[in-house]
Amino acid sequence: MDIVELSRLQFAFTAMVHFLFVPLTLGLSILLAMMETVYVMTGKTIYREMTKFWGKLFGINFALGVTTGIAMEFQFGTNWSYYSHYVGDIFGAPLAIEALMAFFLESTLVGLFFFGWDRMSKQKHLAVTWLMALATNLSALWILVANGWMQYPIGSEFNLETMRMELTSFAEVVLSPVAQVKFVHTVSAGYVTGSIFVLAISSWYLLKGREVAFARRSFAIASAFGLASVLSVIVLGDESGYELGDVQKVKLAAIEAEWETHPAPAAFTLVGLPNQAEERTDYAIRIPAVMGLIATRSLNEEVTGLRELKEQHRERMVNGREAFVLMQRLRSGEGTEEDAARFEEVRDDVGYGLLLSAYTEDMNAPSAAEIDRAVEASIPEVWPLFWTFRIMVAAGFIMLVLFALAFWHSVRRQPEKSPWLLRFALFSLPLPWIASEAGWFVAEYGRQPWAIGEILPIHVAVSSLTFNQVLFTLITIGVLYTLFVIIEIWLMQHFARKGPSGSGYHAGLDAIDASVDTQTSKPQEA
Amino acid sequence: MDYETLRFIWWVLIGVLLVGFSVTDGFDMGVGGLLKVVGRNDEERRVMINSVAPHWDGNQVWLITAGGALFAAWPPVYAAAFNGFYLAMMLTLFALFLRPLAFDYRSKLDSLTWRSRWDWMLTIGSALPALIFGVAFGNLLQGVPFQFDDILRLDYQGGLLGLLNPFGLLAGVLSLLMFLTHGAAWLQLKTEGELRQRSAVLGSRTALACAVLFLLGGIWLLLGVDGYQVTSVIDTQGHNATTAKLVEASSGGWLYNYARFPALWLLPLLGLTSFVLCSLTMKAGRHVVAFITSSLATTLVIVTTGVTMFPFVMPSSINPNHSLTMWDATASELTLMIMFVVVLIFVPLVLAYTAWSYWVMRGRLDEQYIRDNDKALY
Repeated sequence: MDIVELSRLQFAFTAMVHFLFVPLTLGLSILLAMMETVYVMTGKTIYREMTKFWGKLFGINFALGVTTGIAMEFQFGTNWSYYSHYVGDIFGAPLAIEALMAFFLESTLVGLFFFGWDRMSKQKHLAVTWLMALATNLSALWILVANGWMQYPIGSEFNLETMRMELTSFAEVVLSPVAQVKFVHTVSAGYVTGSIFVLAISSWYLLKGREVAFARRSFAIASAFGLASVLSVIVLGDESGYELGDVQKVKLAAIEAEWETHPAPAAFTLVGLPNQAEERTDYAIRIPAVMGLIATRSLNEEVTGLRELKEQHRERMVNGREAFVLMQRLRSGEGTEEDAARFEEVRDDVGYGLLLSAYTEDMNAPSAAEIDRAVEASIPEVWPLFWTFRIMVAAGFIMLVLFALAFWHSVRRQPEKSPWLLRFALFSLPLPWIASEAGWFVAEYGRQPWAIGEILPIHVAVSSLTFNQVLFTLITIGVLYTLFVIIEIWLMQHFARKGPSGSGYHAGLDAIDASVDTQTSKPQEA
Repeated sequence: MDYETLRFIWWVLIGVLLVGFSVTDGFDMGVGGLLKVVGRNDEERRVMINSVAPHWDGNQVWLITAGGALFAAWPPVYAAAFNGFYLAMMLTLFALFLRPLAFDYRSKLDSLTWRSRWDWMLTIGSALPALIFGVAFGNLLQGVPFQFDDILRLDYQGGLLGLLNPFGLLAGVLSLLMFLTHGAAWLQLKTEGELRQRSAVLGSRTALACAVLFLLGGIWLLLGVDGYQVTSVIDTQGHNATTAKLVEASSGGWLYNYARFPALWLLPLLGLTSFVLCSLTMKAGRHVVAFITSSLATTLVIVTTGVTMFPFVMPSSINPNHSLTMWDATASELTLMIMFVVVLIFVPLVLAYTAWSYWVMRGRLDEQYIRDNDKALY
């Protein structure tokens, strides 16, 4: 393992832990705003208590979201400093805008959300909650604009003098189709996470016959919002597949283990065992035509296979090698007019030159074997992508079934009469997190070997550090995060178990519960 | 607007963000650092924590924004500083991890052991970054051991221990005491009785210590630390290769800007005066003036540092020609322009709703308030 691997591991770990908290913040903030809206519109205090109780759990989650979020901002500079130098001109802007436009608002209002209940009118507090939720979502927009640009870098060009990428069109970066599709897909996934969280805990109360009035109402809101959101995740996920077919062909082909280009329309491989060495998928079960439909929205366009993509990469690598050599010559001041003119022709492939430089000592005359190795390394490993993608999709469809059933039972006002449904909801609690983490894995691992798609390979992007420095921080972060997550989960279950009536917010709720309990039969205990 | 003006504006804006951070997050970090010193029991500590509870999170975003703005406006500085100061940055990060959790989790359980552990976390999480930020600036003033290769990849030749030199430590202690003073000033605005008394006594002492350290540091800097000066012509409008300029390090070199514009001497003098005034007003119980002078002193320490180093941002001690200045370490003109527009729109908005949030949460807190709102507060 070298410093690149170690730094990747650290980044992946911190990002994935961070994303345990982000989707819940995204979803729960909107749900809180909805609950409080019902309170302000109907005047029923139970909805205020719902906002406060779910708000308490929101706070426990939010704290760790903030903690792990700071690490993300630091790490581009600390561990990926050449990346920061090389693309900061473009990548830094959305991050700074995120802080100014969204994170400031969110963080200022979160204080008023928790501590401002008695200090302003109902309407003002509701406005605070909505603005907090809005800011959270805006935050996601800017982060995904930045991430979208890593996947599909447009609106920028390489500047030989400054030795970095520079912005040419801010509008192109912000309106990038990849960023937009990612944004809607990701925030919808956040809404699903918030909904499952509320649904699962409410189901647990209903199973135990506790907090019934409170849990029923929470269940109803979560199931309706969750159903709408899960539909949106799936539809927008499909849209993202279409986008991939357009601009991230390697990732799409790897997800689908599409080794070679087949006649259109391509078949979708449902399951199978991708075999990278021999470039085929063993024991594959295929559904004809489906993949062509998803990726091209047509029956006559092809989906390019990995073998053909690698051949394209080989061509670009030959140009990239030349661009790399010319770049060095021009920067040292020894370049001629001709060199400069030739560089203009091959400059778009300089990234492939940087990639090749990791596989050869002599960029003037790399051996055929070295080029072959670099070409092989120009696509990610297939099987992890193939499988995590399928895990994400499966989790998504299970949640669709759950929300459809939950919504149906909730409309009929009797969720507690179906203990099997309540148990299904309870045990589905981990699903949105599994789906989110798998989804991010697909997005980021599918980008390999690039830090910035086809522009900057990861081994060039890394900082100038020693192995032991990174090892030390990786271990420390590993230990700290593990402790934090354990504490967080313990606190969550502690307050969930205590429930709204045990949290000391109100005395009146037990009375409401009691009156409800006499009207409806209790669910059968398992 | 031309490139030169934009570059200068961004030098000012980075300063504004650092001042914003120190004046707002500075006091809640100060309160965190004083938690075990001024707060004698759980209720007193809860009063202290809740005096900043609605605001610390928003305040911290000044730091996040400063980091983001550095990334966008001065990418080479962001890259070189975060990579070069790797372990110091990571220690800061680990300390910052602890704050959100300590604030939010501390009073969630009744156990005094649980609370006491989190109190330590909050103390470390607040005091350590304050110290390290000062150490970092103390080292920037002395120059940092880095240079670049032909593709501008960083080569940094120092470690964590190299940062802990006497001048760096002096700057670190100054920065810590400055934040503690500011925290003490805040506590006088927001608390009652003994807590307020104790923070006034302590704050007036730390403010005086700040004055002494600031004076001492200034004399040391001018007599014992080499300053840097660009000796080649800089094209402030165009592209400057970071590695192509000529820079000279010389004793007393940091006096250059003051020699050209003697009026600049007013900045450190006003800073010194503010610390002394802050100390006196705290003693006299004039808490509003004390908070204003403490904010002013903090601001002037940062402004003085920036003005002294201008146009340098990160001088290199091993290869002065590779030093990063605000003329050559900036983002492209387009990015600076876009980010300037964003700042023009959003900073006033941020200031407006931040001010509103302070207005909503105005008033003093005491132990009775904590007891009355036991479950709803931190």
